[in-house]
Amino acid sequence: MTVSQIDEEVAKLLELKVQLGGDEGRHQFTLKTAKGTRDYNPKQMAIREKVFNTIISCFKRHGAENIDTPVFELKETLTGKYGEDSKLIYDLKDQGGELLSLRYDLTVPFARYLAMNKVTNIKRYHIAKVYRRDNPAMTRGRYREFYQCDFDIAGQYDPMIPDAECLKIVHEILSELELGDFRIKVNDRRILDGMFAVCGVPDDKFRTICSTVDKLDKMSWEDVRSEMVKEKGLSEEAADQIGQYVSLQGGMDLAERLLQDAKMSQSKQACAGLTDMKQLFSYLQLFQVTDKVVFDLSLARGLDYYTGVIYEAILTQTGPVPKAEEGVSVGSVAGGGRYDGLVGMFDPKGRKVPCVGVSIGIERVFSIMEQKAEASAEKVRTTETQVMVASAQKNLLEERLRLTAELWNAGIKAEVMYKKNPKLLSQLQHCEDSGIPLVAILGEQELKDGVVKLRTVHSREEIDVSRAKLVEEIKRRTSDV
Amino acid sequence: PAAINTLGMASLRLCAGLAGHRSRLCVRSLRTLSGMTVSQIVEEVAKLLKLKAQIGGDEGKHQFTLKTAKGTRDYNPKQMAIRERVFNTIIRCFKRHGAEPMDTPVFELKETLTGKYGEDSKLIYDLKDQGGELLSLRYDLTVPFTRYLAMNKITNIKRYHIAKVYRRDNPAMTRGRYREFYQCDFDIAGQYDPMIPDAECLKIVHEILSELELGDFRIKVNDRRILDGMFAVCGVPDDKFRTICSTVDKLDKMSWEDVKSDMIGQYVSMQGGMDLAERLLQDAKMSQSKQAYLQLFQVTDKVVFDLSLARGLDYYTGVIYEAILTQNGPVNVAATQNGVEEKAEEGVSSMAGGGRYDGLVGMFDPKGRKVPCVGVSIERVFSIMEPTWPRQQQCAFPG
Repeated sequence: MTVSQIDEEVAKLLELKVQLGGDEGRHQFTLKTAKGTRDYNPKQMAIREKVFNTIISCFKRHGAENIDTPVFELKETLTGKYGEDSKLIYDLKDQGGELLSLRYDLTVPFARYLAMNKVTNIKRYHIAKVYRRDNPAMTRGRYREFYQCDFDIAGQYDPMIPDAECLKIVHEILSELELGDFRIKVNDRRILDGMFAVCGVPDDKFRTICSTVDKLDKMSWEDVRSEMVKEKGLSEEAADQIGQYVSLQGGMDLAERLLQDAKMSQSKQACAGLTDMKQLFSYLQLFQVTDKVVFDLSLARGLDYYTGVIYEAILTQTGPVPKAEEGVSVGSVAGGGRYDGLVGMFDPKGRKVPCVGVSIGIERVFSIMEQKAEASAEKVRTTETQVMVASAQKNLLEERLRLTAELWNAGIKAEVMYKKNPKLLSQLQHCEDSGIPLVAILGEQELKDGVVKLRTVHSREEIDVSRAKLVEEIKRRTSDV
Repeated sequence: PAAINTLGMASLRLCAGLAGHRSRLCVRSLRTLSGMTVSQIVEEVAKLLKLKAQIGGDEGKHQFTLKTAKGTRDYNPKQMAIRERVFNTIIRCFKRHGAEPMDTPVFELKETLTGKYGEDSKLIYDLKDQGGELLSLRYDLTVPFTRYLAMNKITNIKRYHIAKVYRRDNPAMTRGRYREFYQCDFDIAGQYDPMIPDAECLKIVHEILSELELGDFRIKVNDRRILDGMFAVCGVPDDKFRTICSTVDKLDKMSWEDVKSDMIGQYVSMQGGMDLAERLLQDAKMSQSKQAYLQLFQVTDKVVFDLSLARGLDYYTGVIYEAILTQNGPVNVAATQNGVEEKAEEGVSSMAGGGRYDGLVGMFDPKGRKVPCVGVSIERVFSIMEPTWPRQQQCAFPG
């Protein structure tokens, strides 16, 4: 059968499926979001906004520009970039046009953007949702649709300086978000590959052994060793030799030691990586972030496209929240590395643009901050309204609307109740519930006198303000806050 | 499985046969497949797709194309700066009116979107059936909003939502029409005294379009019930329709009684003409009170009651409105700059639209509980603004 004949056959079968009703028997309409996705209610949006503001101000502090790309790409753009993870990509239905897939990360679209626009140098940030058909564990903040905050530096530069800046940015952001203590593990693809080579791992097994080693943050060494030997067919010797290295952690000193190591030094690749690692640490010292950074030989990040330094940040505690069930680390909150070959895969002439970047996984940050907010007594406002325009008497709707419009026209954030004759108590209650600080109360007598009663909600103090001076008075009070 | 798939296997074997009779054999085998169950079909499809993958997946190799998907675009840093400025203006306005932000996923269960968009349903992007739930990309922000209200049993909220929506339109990108584009929605849900929230929505459109300084605009307003009343009356010959429109138009100039007798004079010959006229006038009176609120909100300068306005979407139940840039807007500048004389299409300059939709939440609520809603959606702002941004670049840009 040819491919097009198969397509035809499949189409006929699917049509038949639709005719049959599409599903075995009827079922109830389910009122829910898709599996692995969620809505953000106003309280969650308030937290999200705060987190984004912190992150964006850090990115801007480092001179990054902002870009955006579409939520889906041509399927072929994403093909062959994610290795084993490719099966987690959401495809769009073939509806007769181009074949499309939802973006899996922001890095591949970035590389496509660079190649498409022939950009050779850029420092950019991109905050957007990405899509992975994972098995979500939503209580641990793992979703199928989730935000990533990416910062990347593209361009040919002197080695390790931009790489160090990425780490500085992770350090700044995680510190400012006050999530508790964290560690940034650093390694290098070349060191990993060099280590595998000198330990006797066959070339064709590098990537698959790499993804097994990657599981060391979730599995014990015994289980990882067992997978390498039993499932991936590695010799026990090689596995043991790897075991000796991946337990090593340190700083610049470790890099130095390994350069002297009899076995490791046999690999040119590893030596290049180790030399760069020393350079990196010297810059990190200047950037004052070495307190949290550790060179860790067991770090082996999943994605295929990394070519040099790789890093991952983890929280080491859940912070001040005394939640008994998940007292252990929330997992990785940021990751990244150098990927020098990706743009070249897109460029028609194969022109390379070296890139290094980091991606902050904020869903975990959101869950932590949401827990914090719930635990604290502090009330989070979901609106910014400054004044409620109210009245105690009947038939004053028109006057209320007129005054509200005046306030809006003056740029003041105001609300009015959508009732012709609301009770004063319900209007005041709304202010309490929403955290609105001021009420402008209209009454027959006040209208005659040309004044408005301005009431401070929390103190219940009231003064009469002339209509003409009302805007000024409100602005003065709200700027003091 | 072997027994169940006898028919299936037969078709595979037949189809894998020799040239010449292949397609005929496949069709014949399909007819015998009518005894198949859905799960058998699913299995069969999976087998065929696996075979396709083995063969190589595509007829011969083809060049890799470096582009974004049709109807979509990247935003470079300069465009992002414009976008940020526009969003800040819009969000500032929404917040000034006390709206809370919210967000929903980019895709919904397919069944959530089914049956809500009438003829436009064919423009919805579906996700591939990859063995899980059937999903579709959101077509607007209104249906997700009502799903959210029903799901969380919310009866009152004033919310804004700014996000991209997806429509498999025939894009006319030079005219600012994309398949992926931003909508900025503001909605008020809840049972309130009539027309006040509706008027506030119009005030918001007026504020935003004024602050964005895109040129002169008009907000056309109509009401679904008046339209429906019109169509009921339209059992009457065509020549009466225009007359009736203009009669209703006189409402702000003539008294109720005069309008009523005028209308009665025109079509009382029809059975039930009186009732229709009464109903029409009640609805028009509602409109009138909205008119009064609009005066208090100081937006009547741009608002026009237009009986010919009939917005596409099925779910509107009351007031409907649409804001358009008038002829002297920047759109025409773009048209001539391209060196092509483009006719000033009304659809091109439509900037915002919305209305009242009281029945939508009830469609989701298991008990059919209704939550009345009214809202407005602002769109296409960047595409309208971008042709002008070289001009704008000369203005002081905040950061």
